[in-house]
Amino acid sequence: MTALLEIVGARKAFGGVRAVDDCSLTVEEGSITALIGPNGSGKTTLFNLITGYLKADGGEFRFRGRDVTGSDPGRLYRQGLTRTFQQARVFPHMTVTENLVVAGGYSWRDLLVPRVLGRDRSRADVLLEEFRMTHVAELPASELSYGQRKLLEFAAVLMSEPRLVLLDEPTAGVNPVMIDTMERHIRERHAAGVTFLVVEHDMQFVMRLCDPVVVLDNGKEIFSGPPSEVQQNPLVLDAYLGT
Amino acid sequence: MSIRSLVRGGVFVAALMALPLLGFEHWVLNLMIFTLMYAAMSSAWNLVGGFAGYPSLGHAAFFGLGAYFVGLWFQHHAVVTGYEPFLVLPIAGLIAAVVGFPIAWIAMRTRADVFAIVTITLLFVAQTLAFNLDSLTGGAQGLAMPTPPFELARFEWPFYYAMLWILLASMGITYLSMRSKVGLSLDAIRADEDKALGVGVHVQGVKVLSFSISVALVAMAGGVWAYYETFTYPQFAFDPIITIGMVLMCFLGGRGTLWGPVIGAFILVPGQQYLAYRLGGSQFYLIAYAGVFLLIMLLMPRGILPTIADRVRRRRAIAASSEGPPPADASPPTAGPGSNVPVPSGGAA
Repeated sequence: MTALLEIVGARKAFGGVRAVDDCSLTVEEGSITALIGPNGSGKTTLFNLITGYLKADGGEFRFRGRDVTGSDPGRLYRQGLTRTFQQARVFPHMTVTENLVVAGGYSWRDLLVPRVLGRDRSRADVLLEEFRMTHVAELPASELSYGQRKLLEFAAVLMSEPRLVLLDEPTAGVNPVMIDTMERHIRERHAAGVTFLVVEHDMQFVMRLCDPVVVLDNGKEIFSGPPSEVQQNPLVLDAYLGT
Repeated sequence: MSIRSLVRGGVFVAALMALPLLGFEHWVLNLMIFTLMYAAMSSAWNLVGGFAGYPSLGHAAFFGLGAYFVGLWFQHHAVVTGYEPFLVLPIAGLIAAVVGFPIAWIAMRTRADVFAIVTITLLFVAQTLAFNLDSLTGGAQGLAMPTPPFELARFEWPFYYAMLWILLASMGITYLSMRSKVGLSLDAIRADEDKALGVGVHVQGVKVLSFSISVALVAMAGGVWAYYETFTYPQFAFDPIITIGMVLMCFLGGRGTLWGPVIGAFILVPGQQYLAYRLGGSQFYLIAYAGVFLLIMLLMPRGILPTIADRVRRRRAIAASSEGPPPADASPPTAGPGSNVPVPSGGAA
């Protein structure tokens, strides 16, 4: 396997707090890598650094072998690196179909073409079918349940055919049936060749789905390995339980 | 384009085209010129303030820019037929767009209230420059334009039609952008700009472009105004009341809709004139004006059009559910309820 995403020595401080402190991390192509750690360990900050929402104080970020340090989120998106947000951010006043089409990655030349072209619609329909959301295609996203919005956000980032998707707590706040649905969609997309980096607090979900598991504590990677080993590692136990 | 919106647009354009032919008195046409001017500017402001969600308070700076451009141009060029000032309007628009581009590029790094403050600063900087660049602008003395050589009976006509064309241009651009991916991008930017950036929307480009086009239209209206008034003074060309007028009319009619700013202008401009007439020459009318506005904001905080559209939609939904079987909320195998559920986007188009 080759490294799809490589982070070397990433640093980010907020005032005196070193949220991410000399952190190095590799996501292998074709993996579903979990990123776990206690609250305040820097997971969300690291996500924001990787996706360009925050600028790192130092360190190097490589995606698909290219240096992408300092790229903005739009540019990374067009290169195949995308994310979802913990709070399921969709565009509430736009229809479900429009939410997908707007994420379809159109170029400058396409700005004057109609909002939703025939080919946009057929691409969106394929995804809606896959996510079993065809019946809500023309509803405004504000009328969806929270779980459906999470699915919609996930489906929308797939419109650009990404190589790496970062999922920020995909199961937080959704019911058990929806957790299974989410897991199934991640597996299907993984089988189709998408790599995932997942921040998640639901350990059963992580153990079922992810390999390897990366543990972060105080802004540093303290463990990286298969899920079977993570529960026995003394450093990890120490980070979670404290001494 | 649906038949209904085509008919609505056609009737609107035909009625406004025909209006001067009906032999109204000068004061009516004068009022109509200002109504159309504010409708055009409010509609243009809507591109930035309504669709992109950036509440600019600096648009009057570009109104003044257009006014001064036309004023200065005819310090050096003669007016013979009387129509020359209208011909240079596109240049005024182009200059405003070019000046507006870098300003928007920087100012639009801020959002919401901070953006409003940054842009209102721009307005006062522009006014101060107009006052103090004596050799160019004539300072507080103002700039005089040649008197328009139109026959008295039809004196207002050219100004009326010029304002009408700018209004139609504003509405046409609004309509096209709503229907295209520009509108889709602006909707996403207004709803959640960071998210939009993360799904590859050309955020910076689209919002800066909409600002440029918006201020170009406003500058052209300023150019017509300068010629109509024949005198351009810094305190009137760069007047905060002009900015506030555009914003209020757009809020009143409904932000982010095609007809909202037009409705707002057609209510507020004559309303303001009426109040000024009833309450005399003092500034009392401004208080009454504010009172009317407060009342409407209290009753319809999103503006007239979205509120009415909502009510119509709710009534239709109730009517639909009381008739046939209730729409299934699970996942029906056939077309499903999605096909006949009214969608808010374009509801006012």
